[in-house]
Amino acid sequence: MIIMLSSQGDTLDSQPNPRFGRTPYFIKFDLDQGHWEALQNPAVSQSGGAGVAAAQFLADQGADIVVSGRFGPNAHQALKAANIRMLIFEPGLSTIIKSIDAFKENQLEEII
Amino acid sequence: MNSVKGIKIAVASGKGGTGKTMVATSLAASLEPEHQIQFLDCDVEAPNGHLFLKPVFDREIPAAIYVPEIDTERCTLCGECVKGCTFHALAKVADQILLFPQLCHGCGSCTLLCPENAIIEQPRKVGVLRQGKTEMGTTYLMGELTVSEPMPTPIIHQLKALSVGSQEITILDSPPGASCAVVETLHDADYVILVTEPTPFGLHDLAQMLGILEKIGLPGGIIVNRAGIGDDQVQQFVRSKCYPILLEIPYQRSIAAGLARGDLLVRISPMYRSVFSALFNHIQVSLGRKADSA
Repeated sequence: MIIMLSSQGDTLDSQPNPRFGRTPYFIKFDLDQGHWEALQNPAVSQSGGAGVAAAQFLADQGADIVVSGRFGPNAHQALKAANIRMLIFEPGLSTIIKSIDAFKENQLEEII
Repeated sequence: MNSVKGIKIAVASGKGGTGKTMVATSLAASLEPEHQIQFLDCDVEAPNGHLFLKPVFDREIPAAIYVPEIDTERCTLCGECVKGCTFHALAKVADQILLFPQLCHGCGSCTLLCPENAIIEQPRKVGVLRQGKTEMGTTYLMGELTVSEPMPTPIIHQLKALSVGSQEITILDSPPGASCAVVETLHDADYVILVTEPTPFGLHDLAQMLGILEKIGLPGGIIVNRAGIGDDQVQQFVRSKCYPILLEIPYQRSIAAGLARGDLLVRISPMYRSVFSALFNHIQVSLGRKADSA
């Protein structure tokens, strides 16, 4: 299972970024293997349609789960069609790794 | 009737609410007794020139953008259309191509790129174009973007395509701002009147608009509306530019009250008829369309 989180920086200690389409990075974390990598979001500087472009990027990366602050209507529709589960950051959690741990413990809210 | 042929004057501002429509409609009303005019309200998100020129509309045409429809029988999910879409109106997820209609500019790239000919373009209505005439015989054209539709540019393009090239004078009332919709309106104009107000906001947006005019190489001039409020920064700024101040219209309660009733400036204050006629004369002379006889 691949989880991807919108991140301010390129490490597991980076701050979560609440914006989905315009986040500078996604942290891609393999929940089965424990591998991870930081990927630049190709949609960050798009003039329009960033939500769709970011959703397409996640689908191409084979993501099963995405965690971000909120999802716009276009991104939501694309992620849903791609069968990617959408969850919301817990505001108190200051790093990406803490958010991954919270996901493992079922503490993140899921968007339907 | 003089011999001027096909002169297009756009009225723009940058900042909203500076008096574009006031100037455009009174310019039209001042010239229509002696000239053949068409008026285009290109402010398709909030058209209001008709409230002043009061045309009678007799023609309504739907404005549409052509968006792709995927023939799922033919589509092999190769994704060429998605890669080619600059606007991210298409996405390939799971086993389908998704269309986001409001992101589609109707450019047709996907149709051209599809190797399977699996795309059919379908019209999606985004607004209406209306055509009519004023009492004095001015041809009146306006576009109206459907509320919630995000893209004014295609409908402005279609509105302009509906206009007649042979008309003696075309007046285009531009949308506010300094974005694609404004550039679409100004594109192929002969002269641009920029209406501003003497405030920091007016100045900021005027500077942006002058930047656009300089870049496209369009001649123009400036009208300072509500002169007397704010400061003299606009006048100072314009001194360093090649664009003249054509006219200053003072801030007057009687003008504001009349406009709020739907009256033309030239009706509220008839002396502006000769002011706008002289302004048009100046524009013709500055474009070399007429010898300086004044």
